[in-house]
Amino acid sequence: MIGKIATPLLAVLVFLGLWELLVWVNDWPNYKMASPSDLPPAFWKYKELFFTMGWQTLWRTVAGLMLAVVFGTLIGMVIGFSKIARDALYPLLIGFNAIPKATLVPVISLIFIGQHDFNTVLMAFMISFFPIAVSVGIGLSTLEPEYRDILRALGATRFTIFRKIALPKTLPEFFGALKVSATLAFIGTNLVEIVSPHGRGLGALFKSGETNGDYPLMFAVLIALAFLGIVLYYAVVFLERVFAGWADREGT
Amino acid sequence: MTENLIEIKGVTHAYKTASGPLPVLDGLNVSVPEGTFAAVVGPSGCGKSTLTKLVAGLMKPDSGEVWLHGELVKGPRKTVGMAFQNPVLLEWRTILDNVILPLEIVAPKMSKAKCVARAMELLDMVGLVGFEHKRPSELSGGMRQRASLCRSLVHKPDVLIMDEPFGALDAFTREDLWQTMRDLRRAEPFTAVLITHDLRESVFLGDQVIVLSGRPARSQYVMNVDLPEDRTLDVLFTPKAADMLHRLRDQIKIAQGRDVEAHS
Repeated sequence: MIGKIATPLLAVLVFLGLWELLVWVNDWPNYKMASPSDLPPAFWKYKELFFTMGWQTLWRTVAGLMLAVVFGTLIGMVIGFSKIARDALYPLLIGFNAIPKATLVPVISLIFIGQHDFNTVLMAFMISFFPIAVSVGIGLSTLEPEYRDILRALGATRFTIFRKIALPKTLPEFFGALKVSATLAFIGTNLVEIVSPHGRGLGALFKSGETNGDYPLMFAVLIALAFLGIVLYYAVVFLERVFAGWADREGT
Repeated sequence: MTENLIEIKGVTHAYKTASGPLPVLDGLNVSVPEGTFAAVVGPSGCGKSTLTKLVAGLMKPDSGEVWLHGELVKGPRKTVGMAFQNPVLLEWRTILDNVILPLEIVAPKMSKAKCVARAMELLDMVGLVGFEHKRPSELSGGMRQRASLCRSLVHKPDVLIMDEPFGALDAFTREDLWQTMRDLRRAEPFTAVLITHDLRESVFLGDQVIVLSGRPARSQYVMNVDLPEDRTLDVLFTPKAADMLHRLRDQIKIAQGRDVEAHS
């Protein structure tokens, strides 16, 4: 247990040490690359901003991710159960996913002018639903027919078969996708925060650091984002343990 | 003369494939009297699994009729139990909860305590008491198949349909499970249809052995197994059993389209 926390912590310290060394050896000024020792003062100086903006980024990311879970699961169910829907929707989904989301920022900010929160959540959602939809779809469409038949032979309804067998059986794939989506959602949120004028959240804080030439602040924001990403990732891991812990074969 | 519990009359069925229809059953007739055990053998891909799906009501034949209990089978019914080569246990449930699963569908109002008592009764018969709270991944292949048999019998079906349930097990485990099957039937009589590739299995467990011809399958040969009800594995070493196995082997060769070897 101690090793489980100490090992990654040590890895982070080694990383920070190497970073510090790199900057020190090359004698880089902080506008080229800030060093870890520049960061605590930056965090301290803007600590209130970090809390309020960090919170804005976090809640909008989580909201977008939750939308992605609901919508992605629904799409996944449709393409998982119906071959016609699969054939029809896959090209659309892949095409949509292939569009660089940065190009959509001006589009949605024109459609929903001034709705900064809404636009941010929308982008986090749009960028993160695809892995969930695909993995749920594949999980459902590759369900072995015997699993269906054991209940179908007893006259169970499609919904019962879905609830008792297909849904739980797809959970490991779902959580695998959710881990990818959680980090993607942050990218979506920050995209809007950085690009929108008068934005809020950590992305906007990054932008203001850039505008004011406060380079340690920019790096501090990146570290804060990485930290939030780790927090959300492990929140997903925790949920996975609770709901799909049976799939973990460790030690058996 | 007991009534036939399962009556398959002139069933013909073809699958639609990209290269046209693939006929698998051609005028198949099978009768299984109530309480007896029918073993179905035949060459690979001759439509044996299709037969199980028809009896279970999971598929409708192109023509012909399947009767169960004097009723025409039109769809799934709650009085059927199924077991497959793959034990298809749900990994997220304990063994006990896996065995209870059919009761949740067939008898949703049954109390949890009664469900558990019923499941434990069966787990006791197959020697799995003490493993009821384990997950399927913690059990051996033979134990998983035992649990799967319990699940297919927990709702007291009058017909048990098995599609090569012992096919993936090693020879010794398989023989253990034959005896378990025999004991289960002795404790709670049911009518059974067993699809198998193992002639010894068909003779040990079956009251009749039905040999299907190559695809499209008809019933090519029916043999009544004239052995005592209470069989032990030793019965397979008697001259009578050897003779039956020999006859079945010849029939399989015919079904495969090969000449019967001249007996020396």
